[in-house]
Amino acid sequence: MSFGHKHILGIEQLSREDIFYILDTAESFKEINTREIKKVPTLRGKTIINLFFEASTRTRTSFEIAGKRLSADTINISASSSSVVKGETLEDTARNIEAMHPDIIVMRHGASGAPHYLAERLDCSVVNAGDGAHEHPSQALLDLFTMREKKGRLEGLEVAIVGDITHSRVARSNLYALTRVGARVRLSGPGTMLPPGIDRLGATVCDSLEAAVEGADVVMMLRIQLERQSRGGPLLPSLREYSRFYGLTPEKLKLARPDALVMHPGPMNRGVEIASSVADGPQNVILDQVENGVAVRMALLYLVAGGEAPANE
Amino acid sequence: MSLLIKNGRVVDPGNDVDAQLDLFIDRGIIAETGAGLELEADEVVDAAGKLVVPGLIDIHVHLRDPGLEYKEDIASGTLAAVAGGFTAVACMPNTQPVNDNLAVTRYIQARAGEVGHCRVYPIAAITRGLKGESLTEMGELSENGVVGFSDDGRPVENGSVMRRALEYVRPFGAPIISHAEELSLVGDGVMNEGFVATELGLKGIPWVAEDAMIARDVMLAELTGGRLHVAHISTRGGVEIVRQAKKRGVRVTCEATPHHFTLTDEAVRGYDTNAKMNPPLRSEDDLAAIREGLADGTIDAIATDHAPHHFDEKNVEFNLALNGIVGLETALPLTLKLVEEKVIDLKRAIALLTCGPAGALGLAGGSLAKGQPADVTVIDPDLEWTVEPEKLHSRSKNSPFGGWRMKGAAVATIVGGNVAFRREG
Ligand SMILES: [Zn+2]
Ligand SMILES: [Zn+2]
Repeated sequence: MSFGHKHILGIEQLSREDIFYILDTAESFKEINTREIKKVPTLRGKTIINLFFEASTRTRTSFEIAGKRLSADTINISASSSSVVKGETLEDTARNIEAMHPDIIVMRHGASGAPHYLAERLDCSVVNAGDGAHEHPSQALLDLFTMREKKGRLEGLEVAIVGDITHSRVARSNLYALTRVGARVRLSGPGTMLPPGIDRLGATVCDSLEAAVEGADVVMMLRIQLERQSRGGPLLPSLREYSRFYGLTPEKLKLARPDALVMHPGPMNRGVEIASSVADGPQNVILDQVENGVAVRMALLYLVAGGEAPANE
Repeated sequence: MSLLIKNGRVVDPGNDVDAQLDLFIDRGIIAETGAGLELEADEVVDAAGKLVVPGLIDIHVHLRDPGLEYKEDIASGTLAAVAGGFTAVACMPNTQPVNDNLAVTRYIQARAGEVGHCRVYPIAAITRGLKGESLTEMGELSENGVVGFSDDGRPVENGSVMRRALEYVRPFGAPIISHAEELSLVGDGVMNEGFVATELGLKGIPWVAEDAMIARDVMLAELTGGRLHVAHISTRGGVEIVRQAKKRGVRVTCEATPHHFTLTDEAVRGYDTNAKMNPPLRSEDDLAAIREGLADGTIDAIATDHAPHHFDEKNVEFNLALNGIVGLETALPLTLKLVEEKVIDLKRAIALLTCGPAGALGLAGGSLAKGQPADVTVIDPDLEWTVEPEKLHSRSKNSPFGGWRMKGAAVATIVGGNVAFRREG
């Protein structure tokens, strides 16, 4: 098969086959990252622009390394998300970037839908590296990659996602991806952070962290934005209260299956959504997620550039 | 100058008329109506197969003049109005400067007299500068042709200020027009709260933000005896609150827009900024409630909330896009579509565009009775056309209906006996 997508705007657009195709491609790239010379000529001569309107050292670095290991020329551009403050609109930015003739733009933006906006107006491929509270597809794919690597399967896995679901693009993308490959998703978080209709996307909403975690194969904790207070009213009484009810402690983790994985998209608020002893405990695969991120992003860049997955022998 | 409109189906709901009649207009007045009129006229319009109705009235438009003429001005806005079949519009005061004093009101009236294609009724602000603090000189403004008061674009947040406005306006007759939003519940929402917002990752505005404010304002109207008109009602709860209030005898009227009875929040998918408006496009259930309200008389008028914006103000991230769409040239076919879908009958549809809005703001017009000013719209109900935003007469092109097939259009719009617009072809 070949990969039929010019852009990666969200998991929503990807079929189950697409997802497995990306994961299989990533697997073949993972090995490169352990070689002494971690570079292949696959995307030589291609230009990739990392266009980040929101600071994100992790994701940007991960994409940058991915591009470099494929021998592409990677350029980082940071811009203020509220570009209007500087008088430059997203369209102006897009035109300026297009003049550089990139092959791929990797874009992070604070507004949901911003990569869709760019994809409609530019000739190059657009890879969404996180848009507002909408999607973060590469994160979900690296999460799936890590689960499959550790568990040997995705189908039938019970995955608990806990935290601020409303504002989390990681949660949305994971929800789409996991349900599409046959895993079951349970969500939990404060009532102020559970958006209406989320159950219609195929998740079970649980009243408590305990209910979500019980018997789970994977427990994914989301980052709580310390500054998260909405103009629509307070979302939390206090972080102390949050950690008491929705923080993952060793005792609560015992409710999950003994071999359950603990995941976190990072950066972590230790002691808030995750106790340090859990974050550093034997079940955590948080650093594996980071490592696998590079391979998955290499696969994404390679596939949108028109590459085909190596034959599966 | 005299004009004879022959062989049309005259639908004049205000006078309970629906019949094959001729209309004779002389010196700007409807001089005679009757079957088979044999009168000499300077001009004869053959309206066979057409509807002849009172000139349509839109009581909620933004003409953007003075101050924001790059979006629209009185000339372009009223041209869009007559192209859409409207012979009169009432314009909101959120211009620059704000229409909160007689000088701005007089400017609008004078400009309309010079370059306007239809009648223009100014609506003035409730509070100075739309700041929600002190009242405008409602008495003098009313005396000088202001037909209503509204801080449209913003609610009057302070309940006491709204109360005083309703009390104060009572003897002057014009209604207070409520743009109903409880801003603390709106928060930083940019579309209707619900499943679509959840999927798109956009912040939601709950329906209760509108209901709560309509409830407050209806209660204040009840307390004070002042006249309240609720602008662009969009929720099931809002319609129900007005329905119950009317039963209790509260002096309240309300309007709904074509987009709120035609589109739901599904239209936002793809982050289409032409589907961004305030109040936001709501759910299927809210849409059904609006349609029920139009049918049972709870909703008095269809109004467009015509809100032109420049291309650049919509060509941005969804969060940053300005609210609103142009509506003057699509309102009539979207209303006729309700007839085709058997939501309302033709008479009711025409009432909602003529005597309904006239009654809500206490305007002249909306009637084809003998002796009335000759504001008449001739409609071809079968004319099929496709909405091409770049061809709209409005200066701005922000319509979510681009590419839609429409049925029905005004073929002649007559204002005060003069043909202000004629559709060619
Ligand atoms: Zn309004
Ligand atoms: Zn308005």
